[in-house]
Amino acid sequence: MSIFKKIMTAVRGGASEAGEAIIDANATRIFEQEIRDAENHLTKAKRDLTGVVAEQMAAQRDVERLNREIAEHEGYAGQALEKGDEALALAVAEKIATLESELATQQQALASYTGNADRLKELVKKSERQVAEHKRQLSMVKTTESVQKATSAITDNFSSSNSKLLSAKDSLERIKAKQQKFDDKMKAAEMLESEDSDVSLAAQLKAAGIGAQDSSANSVLDRIKAKQK
Amino acid sequence: MNIHTIADHLNSLADNSDTGMSFDCQPISGEVDVLQISIIGREEIPVFVSVTEDQILCISYLWGVDEVKSDSIAAMHESMLEMNIPMPLSSFSKIGDKYVIFGALSINSSYSDVEHELAVLSNNALEVIDDMSDYLN
Repeated sequence: MSIFKKIMTAVRGGASEAGEAIIDANATRIFEQEIRDAENHLTKAKRDLTGVVAEQMAAQRDVERLNREIAEHEGYAGQALEKGDEALALAVAEKIATLESELATQQQALASYTGNADRLKELVKKSERQVAEHKRQLSMVKTTESVQKATSAITDNFSSSNSKLLSAKDSLERIKAKQQKFDDKMKAAEMLESEDSDVSLAAQLKAAGIGAQDSSANSVLDRIKAKQK
Repeated sequence: MNIHTIADHLNSLADNSDTGMSFDCQPISGEVDVLQISIIGREEIPVFVSVTEDQILCISYLWGVDEVKSDSIAAMHESMLEMNIPMPLSSFSKIGDKYVIFGALSINSSYSDVEHELAVLSNNALEVIDDMSDYLN
């Protein structure tokens, strides 16, 4: 059964009760051990790979050197023949034969190292994918458990704090009302501010003797005198 | 990154958060540490944050199964599924008999990522309740 299905079954089957584990702790520990083992294998495989690649490079260098030496000696043999020194040419040819047999051995070794390196590289890649996949599955199990534990902590906290759980709609209404109140306050503050600035402007105008002036006793007396006429 | 460092960061923001929101953090102890984060003015719908080995989970409870109009549950599920992708950063889930909205962040996220996540999650939660209110009692 896939981890996904196990989680589904456990959650649906009421294992969501606090404290009850999705997959028993022992199975989780075994799984964690398996991941650690796989990681150890991976480390070892990578070390082996380094060794094999080093040998592969050495074999490659030997093959190149032998090829170079063979070409060189073929040149010598040709020169010996040109000089008519058949015996020397034969000696060089013998050397070439030795080099060629050495080359064959090295080529065989190189092919074997290359094969090994390819195989190990494939193995490392496969193991890395497997470890990543196991880790993902373990993370799913652990997250599900963590969410369940967190939920039970939250629920306990709610019931102990006596706070009544509101319905979603009521909560939203309250939040909106608070927002409205806040907006109203902002608006009121803005209005007050603009009124304040009106007042201060009027005061400035009055001080400058512009606009309506306070009625003074003199101006009242003038008005009464004017009526009596 | 753990719930205490997140709380320290959010508290240190005070009124100067990039999101313009003020966060009030309260740790809840239990088998798993949970941080209850109330956003000022939105105390009714808090966000709960828990940190696991590889991720930071931010969850808000939306409504209970018992709040859904009995003949609307299938239509509501469909609307929620359809909204899941368009809704920025958050997704729906169900824990027990409660519908939730949540966002998961990598454990390597920055504090400002967490702050942004909380703001978006809270906005999404309010909007979803508003949009889904026809299905709710």
